[in-house]
Amino acid sequence: MSKMQAFLNGIWKENPVLVLVLGTCPTLALTSQAINGIGMGLAATFVLVGSNVVISMLRNIIPEDVRLPAYIVIIASFVTIVQQVIKAYSPSLDQALGLYIPLIVVNCIILARAEMFANKNGVVASALDGLGMGIGFTLVLLVMGSIRELIGAGTVFGITITANMIDPMTILIMTPGGFFVFGCLIALANKINSRKGKKVKTDFSCETCPSAEICGGGNTSSEEAE
Amino acid sequence: MKEILIILINAILIENFVLAKFLGICPFLGVSKKLDSAVGMSGAVIFVMVISSAITHAIYTYLLVPNGLEYLQTIIFILIIATFVQIVEIVLKKYVPALHSALGVYLPLITTNCAVLGVTVLNIDKGFGFFEAVINSLGAGLGFMLALVLFAGVRSRLEDSKIPKSFQGLPITLIAASLVSLSFMGFAGVVEGLFG
Repeated sequence: MSKMQAFLNGIWKENPVLVLVLGTCPTLALTSQAINGIGMGLAATFVLVGSNVVISMLRNIIPEDVRLPAYIVIIASFVTIVQQVIKAYSPSLDQALGLYIPLIVVNCIILARAEMFANKNGVVASALDGLGMGIGFTLVLLVMGSIRELIGAGTVFGITITANMIDPMTILIMTPGGFFVFGCLIALANKINSRKGKKVKTDFSCETCPSAEICGGGNTSSEEAE
Repeated sequence: MKEILIILINAILIENFVLAKFLGICPFLGVSKKLDSAVGMSGAVIFVMVISSAITHAIYTYLLVPNGLEYLQTIIFILIIATFVQIVEIVLKKYVPALHSALGVYLPLITTNCAVLGVTVLNIDKGFGFFEAVINSLGAGLGFMLALVLFAGVRSRLEDSKIPKSFQGLPITLIAASLVSLSFMGFAGVVEGLFG
């Protein structure tokens, strides 16, 4: 796979949120405002690139059996760096993202990329893959945050757009709106992909999740493999 | 007693982890297809949540705070959870095979379940004492179970309905989840109603 392709993959073809359906928790929780979506996206992108690079560099050193704990420690270290930086320079963003910054550790996009890409590919390709995936993640958060903020509050990035003309539908920036808009976006992505003649995954369960290999996928047969 | 009930009701109904806080969405969507797997998964989650909250709370209070190491919270917590899950799996496999066959398949999934790390971090953020932290985790776990079990029922109805092609699978599931979470919004204010 060419390096360019590794970068572009994450943005649409293997978009981590819309196609691979990973990292759903921050996607739903932090898109009530566009600005939060961007903040989360950038934080996750930094962690993704950093951990992909380090894991790729260490891929021949980390023993196979303990690779997951090792990945988790590397990812958690980068998350701690992000956490401290945000706390120091942007207390308001820290307030808005709150609990979800430490939770980047268990964001399955990052662990999935470590397992599926970084431990098999070189440093440059892994960095580009991390960057592409991160941008794909950020874009979805941005689009979803803008939609929810525009319809739910009549503003985008805090700038009033339709709030004076149309009464905002507050439900969209509340919890149910998150599920609803996310469902519609995935349906839209499915529609576009199936029009292009691509196979669309209609089944969603732990067995078909891309990170099933990492966590065992809740699958009885693979569990007792030893 | 009143405080404990308030924490419990708050964690189960009002700040339901799945439907109000968006934590643990992957298992919520992934294993809510069948009722028995939903119950098995949430049983394992409750167990791991309560015990790991107790361990992380103790380590945070007696090890990290006195040494000024609070910034290591994230790394330490996830390592404790990962180690604990691993130990539970080994112990259950060896000594309680019946429980292992019931919960075992869900245990590896739990390390990456953000609800577990979420509840341990939340206990610290909210400044809970040890006992309150354990109660809060129990409530969060029960709330997770409630959401999964309810949603398993909703999903079994979805299977028979005629759905537009693009919405089949995950999209319609999310929209159904949106309606379930809408109904949970009705619980806001229930604590004030009961104890106010």
